[in-house]
Amino acid sequence: MRMLPVLTRLAWRYLWRNHRRTIIMVSAISVGVWSMIFMTALSRGMVDQVIEDGVSALPGHVQVHNPKFLDDPSVVNRIPIGDAELSRAFSSTDFKAWASRVRVPAVIASEYESRGVTLLGIDPVAEREFGYLSYDDVEGRFLEDADDNGIVIGRKLADKLETRVGKRVVLMSQDPDNEIADRGFRIVGLFDAEVPAFEEGNVFIGKRTAQKMLHIGDTTTEIVFLGDNYRDIEPTYDKVLASIDGSLDVSRWSEVATYLGSMLTVMDGFVLIFMVVIFLALSFGLVNTLVMAVFERVREIGLMLALGMKPSNILGQIIIESMLLLLVGLVIGNLLAVATIHPLRGGIDISVVAEGMEMMGAASVLYPRLYVSDMILANVIVLFLGFLASLSPAWRASRYEPVEAITKVG
Amino acid sequence: MTAVRCVDLCKTYRQGDEDIKALDHVSIDIEEAGFVCLSAPSGGGKTTLLNAIGGLDMPDSGEVWVADRRIDQMSKGELAELRLSSIGFVFQAYNLIPVLTARENIEFVMQVQGVPAKQRAEQSLAILEEVGLSGLEDRRPAEMSGGQQQRVAVARAIVSRPALVLADEPTANLDSKTSDELMTLFTELNRHHNTTFVIATHDQRVMRYAKRLVRMLDGRIVDDIAQDAA
Repeated sequence: MRMLPVLTRLAWRYLWRNHRRTIIMVSAISVGVWSMIFMTALSRGMVDQVIEDGVSALPGHVQVHNPKFLDDPSVVNRIPIGDAELSRAFSSTDFKAWASRVRVPAVIASEYESRGVTLLGIDPVAEREFGYLSYDDVEGRFLEDADDNGIVIGRKLADKLETRVGKRVVLMSQDPDNEIADRGFRIVGLFDAEVPAFEEGNVFIGKRTAQKMLHIGDTTTEIVFLGDNYRDIEPTYDKVLASIDGSLDVSRWSEVATYLGSMLTVMDGFVLIFMVVIFLALSFGLVNTLVMAVFERVREIGLMLALGMKPSNILGQIIIESMLLLLVGLVIGNLLAVATIHPLRGGIDISVVAEGMEMMGAASVLYPRLYVSDMILANVIVLFLGFLASLSPAWRASRYEPVEAITKVG
Repeated sequence: MTAVRCVDLCKTYRQGDEDIKALDHVSIDIEEAGFVCLSAPSGGGKTTLLNAIGGLDMPDSGEVWVADRRIDQMSKGELAELRLSSIGFVFQAYNLIPVLTARENIEFVMQVQGVPAKQRAEQSLAILEEVGLSGLEDRRPAEMSGGQQQRVAVARAIVSRPALVLADEPTANLDSKTSDELMTLFTELNRHHNTTFVIATHDQRVMRYAKRLVRMLDGRIVDDIAQDAA
């Protein structure tokens, strides 16, 4: 540690001795780091949006079901606990939001068309926090309470059914005895959603109206809980697990929608590989710079060794030089990344390729997401791999024999 | 007490197909506070002997002792420690670290030794004055003449008062006046601090200051005479 100030000063001065070469290398590192962070932010933005839309279409970060429900989502496999008991169990616990709902497959029919949909019998007051729909943006009105007799469907579904607000539709499903349970509803609202599949595939009715239609008393098929963030649901998961009957299944969203869960894992792996690949390209320049820097001062290294500097100090000096070079590049690269991502927070319109994006479940506006963890990852990768890349030239420099180095010609 | 002892040193370099004996069974004792000039024509072996004494180059055979420690069997780290603590070097050329100023070059060895900053500053400014370079402390080597650079190198070699100073043609780039001033400084250090000097030189003026003149030829000592120093 005593040598650190001396070595750092020498490294810094040598770094700027050939300032043109250093500036070129710093530029390359800065652009590399910028691209690591910027591209990651774009990818994160796209994947996050797909996942968030997907999670909001579930909706709920932690879900409780009858163990058989996910395989056979019918009212036969409902949760055998009434609403009153659920309220007693969860109202005292500190959840950001929770709700119980009826969620079963159904068929909706207008006078022209019929479609298979997911029937969601909800309490609109309890579900407002989940935020999957903006109640105020619904054409007509959204459900007012759990006893509401109206139905709210997606605009795209309405188009398919050739119906509109004010018209009647018939909703049909099965009751616990596997008998047809159906009922006519007047459409009171049409909603729009970012993801077309959500708009086409879900219909909302009052929870108690659904319970009556399906003859299931005050039971439901799904209890959902909201965490602070879809990436950080473990505290909520643990709380639910602690307060629920062991005979029920508690699932994270990633277990309910395995495709979305694996997408998140793949994305994390992709980011890491992307950063490493960019650095590998950079590392050739870095090693070349260091080799040149060592080669052009062999005599000076010999002199330092002759004056009593240990080989380990020479090794340290070259590594510090490499780290300083990388640090300067990192600072500029990080600032560039923040400066370019910040103005794009409002979204990048990619409607030119919107159809392709929709196929992936993404919207036509891309919102870059800059995570501190991604920036830290990029910086750590650059420093760690940069350290490894600098070992070879540094080791070579420290192995010089003083007298041979001092007398080296040219 | 003996400051340096070399016993039967041999060193052969290969140049093309030819073997050149740089040191051919050289033995020499240099007493503490000695002031020895090694003189030889080019290729005579004086620089090789100087490098062997400084632990910069290892002989093929023989023993080198500095301050009663055998150095030809030391590790690189131990040699570095010895050079740092006990030996000051002045080389013929490429003496200074180009990215450091005159003062930083002088402080370099002390800094590696761990001397506190305040003490380093005082000693370096004092020695700069002693070698006649006051006011040039912030200049880098490229901004100084060859003679000024050599004086900075000398200042660096002696600033931490090493027991042994090894100088290879220290006056090669200096005018006669500066050479005399430098040799006077060496002589004073030798007298007042008992610093041992071993100087390899062609310069007759430098030889006048030596208490002992060792002449070498083809890697062998051919003459070793005590003389009255100037």
